Amino acid sequence: MSIDLKSASFHGYKRENGRIGVRNHVLILPVDDLSNAACESIANNIKGALAIPHPYGRLQFGADLELHFKTLIGTGSNPNVAAVVVIGIEDGWAKRVADGIAATGKPVSFFGIEGHGDMETIRRASKAAKDYMHWASELRREERPLKDLWVSTKCGESDTTSGIGANPCVGNAFDKLYAHGVTLVFGETTELTGGEQLVAARCRTPQVRDKFMFMFNRYQEVIDRHKTSDLMDSQPTKGNIAGGLTTIEEKALGNIQKIGKKCMVDGVLDKAEVPGGPGLWFMDSSSAAAEMVTLCAASGYAVHFFPTGQGNVIGNPILPVIKLCANPRTVRLMPEHIDVDVSGITRKEINMDQAGDKLLEMMFRTANGRLTAAEALGHREFVLTRLYESA
Amino acid sequence: MIHFVVHDENDSVGVVVVEGVKAGQELTGWIMDQDKEIKVNARNDIPIGHKLAIRELKANETVVKYSVDIGRAVAAIKVGEHAHVHNIKTKRW
Repeated sequence: MSIDLKSASFHGYKRENGRIGVRNHVLILPVDDLSNAACESIANNIKGALAIPHPYGRLQFGADLELHFKTLIGTGSNPNVAAVVVIGIEDGWAKRVADGIAATGKPVSFFGIEGHGDMETIRRASKAAKDYMHWASELRREERPLKDLWVSTKCGESDTTSGIGANPCVGNAFDKLYAHGVTLVFGETTELTGGEQLVAARCRTPQVRDKFMFMFNRYQEVIDRHKTSDLMDSQPTKGNIAGGLTTIEEKALGNIQKIGKKCMVDGVLDKAEVPGGPGLWFMDSSSAAAEMVTLCAASGYAVHFFPTGQGNVIGNPILPVIKLCANPRTVRLMPEHIDVDVSGITRKEINMDQAGDKLLEMMFRTANGRLTAAEALGHREFVLTRLYESA
Repeated sequence: MIHFVVHDENDSVGVVVVEGVKAGQELTGWIMDQDKEIKVNARNDIPIGHKLAIRELKANETVVKYSVDIGRAVAAIKVGEHAHVHNIKTKRW
C-alpha cells in the first residue's frame, strides 16, 4: 500500500485528559429546548463559537434521561471541543452536564436562565464564550501517532453500490487502521438484520458475542413491539429502495462490509458509551444517520467515515463526516457532498486496496484540518436518541 | 464494459452499475469474488443500482446475494429480469 501507516501521524489538539481532537470548537450547549434561543444568541455574539440546538431535555426520566445526559456530556467531552458553555433553563441540570464535562479537565461554565431571563444570561455567558474563544484560538496542533485518532463509521441512503464499493472501501480502511491500534466503532443495530450471525462470528470472545446478541435481540423486540408492517419504506428507506435495495437482509449484508474482512469485534458499547481501549467496537444504536453519528461524537470519536449510495447529505456539529460514494450517478448529480469518489471500483479502474488508501488519505487530510463537504456546506445535524416518551 | 456486478458466483442476482440499461440489451457482468465474467440479456429496462436475476428463481425460492439469503422470491423470476420489491420480499419482520 502507498501510505505507510506504521509511521503515519496527524496533527491534532491534545486535550487535558490526553485525548486528541482534530477540531477546536467552543461549544454553546443547551441542556433543553428552552435554552436554544439563548445559545444561538451567544454564538451570534461571539464569532467562532458554535451553538448546537436540539428539541429535548424536559421531563425525561429513567434510562431516557440518563442517555440524554450521557449524550450531552459526551458531546462536550469530545476532544474536537476545546471548551464549553452550558445553558439550561434551571441551574441543576445545567450544572450536572457541566460537571460531567469538567471531569475531562477542559474549561466549562454553566448558566441557568430562570431568575435572570434570556438577555442577562446571554450577556454573562457571552463573556465566558469570548474568553474561551481567545484561549482556544491560541491552542496549537501537535504531531500525534495514528493510534491517537478515533474513527467511527455509519452509512446512509445506501443503495446496492454501497455494498459493492463504498462500504467495502471503509472495510478495507478499517482493516488497515485496526492493525495499527486505532479505536474504531460501527453500529446500526437493526441494520444488521439478516447478517447478525456474520457479526456474531467476528466477535473476539464468547462474552462479546453474548453481549452483541443481547443488544441485537433487544432492538428486534423494539421493532416487533411497535411495527405495523414489514417496515417497507422505513427500513429499507424509500431512498434505499429507489437505489435498488430490496430487503433488510440485503441492506444489512451491504452494511456489514464496513467492518472489513480482518478486524474482530473487540467489545460492545451501549449508546454513547465511551470505549475502554483500541480495537473495533460495536455500539448499539439507531440506523438513522444523524442519531447514530451524534452517538459516535458523544462516545468520543474524532473522525467519521460515511459511505452513501443515493446521496445522504448529513454532517455533525463537532465530528467531521467524510463522505464517500461508489454510485457514479450520485457522484455526477451531487458532487458537492462527496469527499471521496470511489465509483471507479465498479469500472475496475481502482481496486479495493487503492480505494481504501484513497479514503485513508482523505482521513489524514481531514484530521489535519481540511473541512469536509458537510462542514463546508454547514451541515450540523445534532440529533439526540430518545428511548421513550417524556413524563 | 461492465454493466452489472455480482458479489459471488453462488448469487442469484447481480447489480446494474451503469445508467440506461434497456430490455434486450446484452449485458456483461463481473463476478467480483471469483473475478469472472458472465453475459446476460436484460429482459426489462433496469435502472442503475437495481438487480437482475442471473439464474432462474421459482416463487418462494430463496434469493442469494453475497452468498447469503437476502429474502424470498414472491413470483417466478427469469434470467435477465428486473428483481426488486415487486418480486422479492424479506423473510424477517
